[in-house]
Amino acid sequence: MSDHEYTPKSKVGKWFNDRLPLLTLANHLTDYPTPKNLNYWWTFGGILTFCLITQIITGIVLGMHYVAHADLAFQSVEHIMRDVNYGWLIRYVHANGASMFFLAVYIHIFRSLYYGSYKSPREVIWIIGMLIYFLMMATAFMGYVLPWGQMSFWGATVITNLFSAIPLVGESITNWLWGGYSVDNPTLTRFFSLHYLFPFLILGLVVLHIWALHVPGNNNPIGIDIKKPSKDTVPFHPYIVIKDAFALLIFLLIFAFFVFFSPNILGHADNYIEANPLVTPAHIVPEWYLLPFYAILRSVPDKLLGVIAMFAAIFVLVILPWLDTSKVRSTVFRPIYKQFYWFLVADVLILGYVGAMPAEGLYLLIARVATAYYFAHFLIILPFLGLKEKTTPLPLSITEPVLGGSADMAMARNNSDFKEKL
Amino acid sequence: MSDSEKKKPNRRDFIVTATTAAGAVGVGAVVWPLVDQMNPDASVKALASTEVDISAVEPGQSITVLWRGKPVFIKRRTQDEIDSARAVDLSELKHPEKDEDRAKNPEWLVMLGVCTHLGCVPLTDKGDYGAWFCPCHGSHYDTSGRIRKGPAPTNMEVPKYEFVNSNTIKIG
Repeated sequence: MSDHEYTPKSKVGKWFNDRLPLLTLANHLTDYPTPKNLNYWWTFGGILTFCLITQIITGIVLGMHYVAHADLAFQSVEHIMRDVNYGWLIRYVHANGASMFFLAVYIHIFRSLYYGSYKSPREVIWIIGMLIYFLMMATAFMGYVLPWGQMSFWGATVITNLFSAIPLVGESITNWLWGGYSVDNPTLTRFFSLHYLFPFLILGLVVLHIWALHVPGNNNPIGIDIKKPSKDTVPFHPYIVIKDAFALLIFLLIFAFFVFFSPNILGHADNYIEANPLVTPAHIVPEWYLLPFYAILRSVPDKLLGVIAMFAAIFVLVILPWLDTSKVRSTVFRPIYKQFYWFLVADVLILGYVGAMPAEGLYLLIARVATAYYFAHFLIILPFLGLKEKTTPLPLSITEPVLGGSADMAMARNNSDFKEKL
Repeated sequence: MSDSEKKKPNRRDFIVTATTAAGAVGVGAVVWPLVDQMNPDASVKALASTEVDISAVEPGQSITVLWRGKPVFIKRRTQDEIDSARAVDLSELKHPEKDEDRAKNPEWLVMLGVCTHLGCVPLTDKGDYGAWFCPCHGSHYDTSGRIRKGPAPTNMEVPKYEFVNSNTIKIG
C-alpha cells in the first residue's frame, strides 16, 4: 500500500472519502509503484480480469435464453444460435472465451514458474491463484455440460464417476452429486446453478489475489527485491495501464479470430448431437485445457490411484513454494533450472497431446513416462536443484547494471534486453 | 486467578460449553437439509423398477433397456457363450465371480451396461473376449460381463431382478 496520505481535491470528494475511503483506494491503484522492467508476460493479469468479466457478462445474457432442463437444454442452445438476436455471437464469445481464459491463465502460471513469482513473500498470492485455477476448471467443466450434447453428457458421466473411486462412500457420493442413479435432469439443474455461482466466487478470489499482490508488490523479470517507490519503479497509471491495454488488444485479435473464423475448432462435433444415455461416443475427450490432467488420469492402470494422481498433479502446484528450495527467484540467474523449466513445458504439452489420443500402445507408454517426469520435476528435481545449483550473480537493483556498468557482460546484455522492452 | 481456580470449571465454563454444543447441533440441523436436498429425490426413487418384455429376444441377441437412467443389457446367450463363461478358471479373473452366481438362469444375462471404470456404455459383441468392450479407456469384458483386461476394477454389476413369468423380467 502506498504510504502517503491522500486527500481528494473537491469538497464532495473529501466529504465522501472521509466516510468511505474509495478514492484513497483508487489513488493507491493509480500510483501503485510497479517495477519498471516488467515485460509483456506481466500483462496477462489484466487480460485474465478482462476474460473473467467477459465470461460473466456473456454468461448472464445466455442465462436469459437458456433453459436448464434435460428435455429442453439442447433445443434452447440451438434457439440461442438461430433465433436470439446476436445469440450466435454471444454464445461463441462465451464458448471460445473459456478457451481464451485458459490460454491466458496457462501463460500467467508459466510466467510465475519462470520468474519465481510464487516464492516468498508471494506464497499466498500463488495459493489463491491455484484456488482460482481449480474453480475455473470446475466452472468450465460444468459449463460444458449445460448444452446437453453427447460430449456434455458423457464428459459429465466420466468426471463424476471419478468420485466413485473413493473407497466405501464413493457410490453414495456420486449418487449425491447426480441427484439420482446417473447423470440426468437433477444433475443438469444443479450444474447450471453452480456454474452461475462459481464465477462470482472467482471474482471474490481475484480481489484477494490482487490485494495480496499489492502487499509485497510485483515480482519482476530479474526477481530481486526493489525499493518502492524508487527509480526502479514507475506508477501503475499511465505506464502499466497503457502497456496492459496494448497487450489486451493483441490478445483480442486472437480471440476475435476464433470467434469469427473458427468458432467450433476448439469444441467437439459430438456435442452437436443431443445427449443419449444409451450410446457412448467412440472417443470421449475433455476440452483441450484439461487434457494434461486427463492423460495423467489414464496413465495409471488402477482406478483409485489414477484419480489420486490426477488430483495430486494439481495439489503439487499448491505446495510448490515449499518444494522449490532455491532462494533465487528469476530463472534468468538459474542456468540449470532454465533447462528443466523448458523440459517441464515440453512435458505438459506432450501430456496434453497424448491426453487427446487413445490410451493404448505407444501413446500410453509416452503418457506414463511424461506423468512420471511431471511428478519428478516437482518432487525430486526442484527440491534438490535449489540446494545444489550454482546461480549467477544478482544485480543490486534494476537500474544498477545499466547505469553502474556491470563487469559481467552476460548480465549487462540481459539488462539491455530489459531496457529495450521499456 | 489462582491455580486451583483454573482447574475447577466454574459456571461460566459450563455456559460456554453448553452454548457451543447447542450451536454445533443447530449448525448441523441447518446444514443437513441443505446437503440432503441433493440426494436422489422421491420422484427419482419412484422409478426404481422396470418390467421388460423379453419374448422377442432370440438366442445370441441382446437388448438394452433404460433403468434409473442407466442402460441395462439383457442378453440371451447361446450355448457356446454360456460354456465359455463357465469354463473360465476363477484364478484368471481380476474380480472372481462364478458365472452361475451372475446368471441364475444361464440363458439370460442381466446386468448394468455401465463400465465400472468411469461409467461409459460398453459395445456389445466386441473386444478380445467376443462380448463387451468399452471404447472409452479400453476395458474388455467376457460373456459373463466379467472384467478381463483394462482399467475397470470390477465386473459389470448385476442388478436385483426377477422373472415375473417366462416372458417378463422385472428389474429393481
